[in-house]
Amino acid sequence: MITKEYRTVKQIIGPLILLEDVEGITYGELTDIKLTNGVARRGRVLEVNGDKALVQVFEGTSGLSPQDIKVKFLGKGLELGVSQDMLGRVFDGFGRPIDGGAPIIPEKWLNVNGNPMNPYARDYPNEFIQTGISTIDALNTLVRGQKLPLFSGSGLPHSRLAAQIARQATVLKTGEKFAVIFAAMGITFEESEFFVADFQRTGAIERAVLFMNLADDPAIERIAVPRLALTAAEFLAYEKAMHVLVILTDLTNYCEALREISAARKEVPGRRGYPGYLYTDLSTIYERAGRIKGKTGSITQIPVLTMPEDDKTHPIPDLTGYITEGQVIISRPIHAQGIYPPVDVLPSLSRLKDKGIGKGKTRDDHANVMNQLYSAYARGKNAKELAVVLGESALSETDILYVKFSDAFEDRFVRQGEHENRTIEESLALGWELLGMLPRSELKRIRDEYIDQYYPKKG
Amino acid sequence: MSTDQGTVIKVSGPLVVARGLTGARMYEMVRVGELKLFGEIIEIRGDDYSIQVYEETEGIGPGQPVFRTGEALAVELGPGLIRSIYDGVQRPLDVLQRDFGDFIVRGAERPALDRAHVWDFVPVANVGDRVEPGDVLGTVQESKLVLHKIMVPQGKGGTVKKIGAVQGNIETEVAVIETAAGPASINMIQRWAVREGRPVKRKMPPVDPLTTGQRVIDMLFPMAQGGTACVPGPFGSGKTVVQHQLAKWANTEIVVYVGCGERGNEMTDVLMEFPHLKDPKSGEPLMERTVMVANTSNMPVAAREASVFTGITIAEYFRDMGYSVALMADSTSRWAEAMREISGRLEEMPGEEGYPAYLGSRIAGFYERSGYVVCQGSDGRQGSLSLIGAVSPPGGDLSEPVVQATLRVVKVFWGLDDKLAFARHFPAINWLTSYSLYQEVVDRFCNEKLDPDWEKHRKRAMALLQREAELEELVRLVGMDALAADDRLLMQAAKMIREDFLHQNAFDDRDSYTSLKKQIALLAAILHYYDDARAALGAGAELNPLLKLEVLDDVAKAKLIAEDQLGQFDELKTRISAAIRDLPRY
Repeated sequence: MITKEYRTVKQIIGPLILLEDVEGITYGELTDIKLTNGVARRGRVLEVNGDKALVQVFEGTSGLSPQDIKVKFLGKGLELGVSQDMLGRVFDGFGRPIDGGAPIIPEKWLNVNGNPMNPYARDYPNEFIQTGISTIDALNTLVRGQKLPLFSGSGLPHSRLAAQIARQATVLKTGEKFAVIFAAMGITFEESEFFVADFQRTGAIERAVLFMNLADDPAIERIAVPRLALTAAEFLAYEKAMHVLVILTDLTNYCEALREISAARKEVPGRRGYPGYLYTDLSTIYERAGRIKGKTGSITQIPVLTMPEDDKTHPIPDLTGYITEGQVIISRPIHAQGIYPPVDVLPSLSRLKDKGIGKGKTRDDHANVMNQLYSAYARGKNAKELAVVLGESALSETDILYVKFSDAFEDRFVRQGEHENRTIEESLALGWELLGMLPRSELKRIRDEYIDQYYPKKG
Repeated sequence: MSTDQGTVIKVSGPLVVARGLTGARMYEMVRVGELKLFGEIIEIRGDDYSIQVYEETEGIGPGQPVFRTGEALAVELGPGLIRSIYDGVQRPLDVLQRDFGDFIVRGAERPALDRAHVWDFVPVANVGDRVEPGDVLGTVQESKLVLHKIMVPQGKGGTVKKIGAVQGNIETEVAVIETAAGPASINMIQRWAVREGRPVKRKMPPVDPLTTGQRVIDMLFPMAQGGTACVPGPFGSGKTVVQHQLAKWANTEIVVYVGCGERGNEMTDVLMEFPHLKDPKSGEPLMERTVMVANTSNMPVAAREASVFTGITIAEYFRDMGYSVALMADSTSRWAEAMREISGRLEEMPGEEGYPAYLGSRIAGFYERSGYVVCQGSDGRQGSLSLIGAVSPPGGDLSEPVVQATLRVVKVFWGLDDKLAFARHFPAINWLTSYSLYQEVVDRFCNEKLDPDWEKHRKRAMALLQREAELEELVRLVGMDALAADDRLLMQAAKMIREDFLHQNAFDDRDSYTSLKKQIALLAAILHYYDDARAALGAGAELNPLLKLEVLDDVAKAKLIAEDQLGQFDELKTRISAAIRDLPRY
């Protein structure tokens, strides 16, 4: 079949172009857009109505004129050529190599939208991943196949934390194949360079695939980036039996690109101008994490997003929180205290922790210790607030103990070095040491047998 | 004139517009494009038929065919429902996985009920009986817990001409009824259009409690068989855990669990856990009474809109057999968002926050399908359908449209509170904002059947918690020490109610489920302490030793007392009294 070229662009609105007199076009089809000066761009059909087609241009429409573009419809959706050779390579936001290396010879072409995983085929994530970070391992345990985002704000060290996780993440088993996929959406050159340099320094680049859409790259391309990354991840996980950790940063930029298109289409907006289908759209990204029964590989996601004004109820973190299995919150006040990683423990949560910890996975006392640390820290923080209003003298003796506990908790448990890799035993031991500051009778959330075994002996 | 085929003219996401479907009706099912994707007609303007498509529409374009089916979206009802897991339009996910692989491919189709399974049909009716719709013709032992009743379908009343014991699949004829329109062959399947409620003889106000084994629910904010409840809360406040706990421990005979636009891993959790969990009443795996509908968030949005109706139609069918049925929908917000998305694509004039103007009536229509009823049929059997919907308000803001529309119709409100969740107080149901309009019904039942002090204890516990909240305001201003001794004792008692009674660990084998008997015993022990301590305080005992009694550690651990050793609560009370008596008085 000869594919026809159309010169019938009638409207250009924001990142969209409208063509007329087209035929045989289908929804979601990929298009080649050629300018008369030879420059090529790519687009995707967003709507077909009779003989009209609405196309979103990934590289944006600046410089386009209705008179000098030719549009070719390719008869298929956006596909990524995948191969195991992608490991160690850097691609742009469209999946083209930008590291100067040879082009990839694909083993196969996959539609980047994927298909939803059958819930019946899913295997429950329950394998503990040790990140070497106490606040995550002991309190917000990450497991294979989970999606656990970092909720951060501008200027906070989420990139350093994400890189540390990528560097240190191991499973308490050996001999498994492991890969990291890094998808940058609209982040700055400096931020991306930080990751690349870190991957190169530690040798992690050998087992990494990088997709780069930087702040000055076309915004609309950001819509494709996470899908490319996850398509590569699915290939490596389910066909090459690798355990893949996918880092997506920064989802806020992705959502803004989505809003831009929605606005250009004059859709009825949901909250704060974001489209009503933002939840559905995000879920088609996040839900691609997981494990499949009978397959070795897995996809674990760490999406990073910066909350506008540190507001957790903003639609992006809010909808993300409803889809992902928990969240790790990076806190500005704790960062201001000079504590790294500034994880705000109380509102952070890993929903899958209960299945990944305990006997045979981490340690039998883990769940109890976790609950006790939480509640003791929460009580200490409360008492501290009270002391601010009423003065320290208003606190009971026990409350003063809790205040001391929570300070020590932040200083020793939360704080750790950027290259300090604590084993889960070390993290739990540290937890017990801190709980030793409280009288035994206060440890209501721990079974007696564990207290007998682990509670620090005085004197 | 009507046609059986039309042509696509427009595609926008899950919405397709077709022409030439003359004669097609609203909510008729169609198959779209060469891939024959499932769709449903949701708007007709002249010759333009808007179709919501239940599968990804990439590759569909103008000119492609649309095929009519002549039928509304309907579910298959019959033996084989129990233990199944369906997507939003009742495709069996286990069969799809077996036949099509780990990912859901488009156009995949398999019958909802297994045609290969052979069932034993045991007749109940006899030849010559006059039967009306809803009458039980015979039974099939569907699972260890469920005796499936084969009922006379709508419009098939008459005289039984032929019936007998049959072994066969669901399509096998089990009876012949001589109806006004001639003889009708009856097999074990019925079809029912999901958007239409199944008829009942009569609705009645609920009278029996729906117990859940969750102390904060059963004791403070109880649910009734045939009632409606909602669980709103921001993310991370434990909605899904509450829903799972209810699905596990509700004392209903059938549970239908609808995972609507939620996480895939949560459905997996249910699928993996339920076969191993035992029903506290029968000791059989919970799966033996459960039907699941899973349309996770990444599955097509239109099928999500349908999933709630698919679930409730299955639930109604079991109710019609005379069972008590509970349906959990997690989450109705995702369902509402699916409506909003489709409404937006139809370019309807939006109501609040972009939701369609009919949001409230759709939600009300859904909850109104609940109830305690006299079922169809001549034997006057009673069934109930209880609905429990989770709501996920953006940012935890309860003033948003879905929560408000839901609160207008439900009778029980379990408000989840993220502050409680941060302090790891679970279930994070806020005792100050939650309410239940079934309290009186349940009090009456429990006072009579369980413990005459039920209502009294419950009211005292609530009063203590209310008073604690007021005193806390004061403490925040002036400090704990400024409180009078009896107020400090009250604070202690309230704290014990919170930590030792309301706090419940869903992941602890013993704590996960508490019988009503144990609940009242545990609460009585705490109140017993409060009464004795207050008396001692009045008689001149000092406050601090009262607050630091060693026996209080035992009270804290009393929730772990085994269900078959409830006698220990009496001993505990004796020990509390003794410990208080032994304190010095001045």
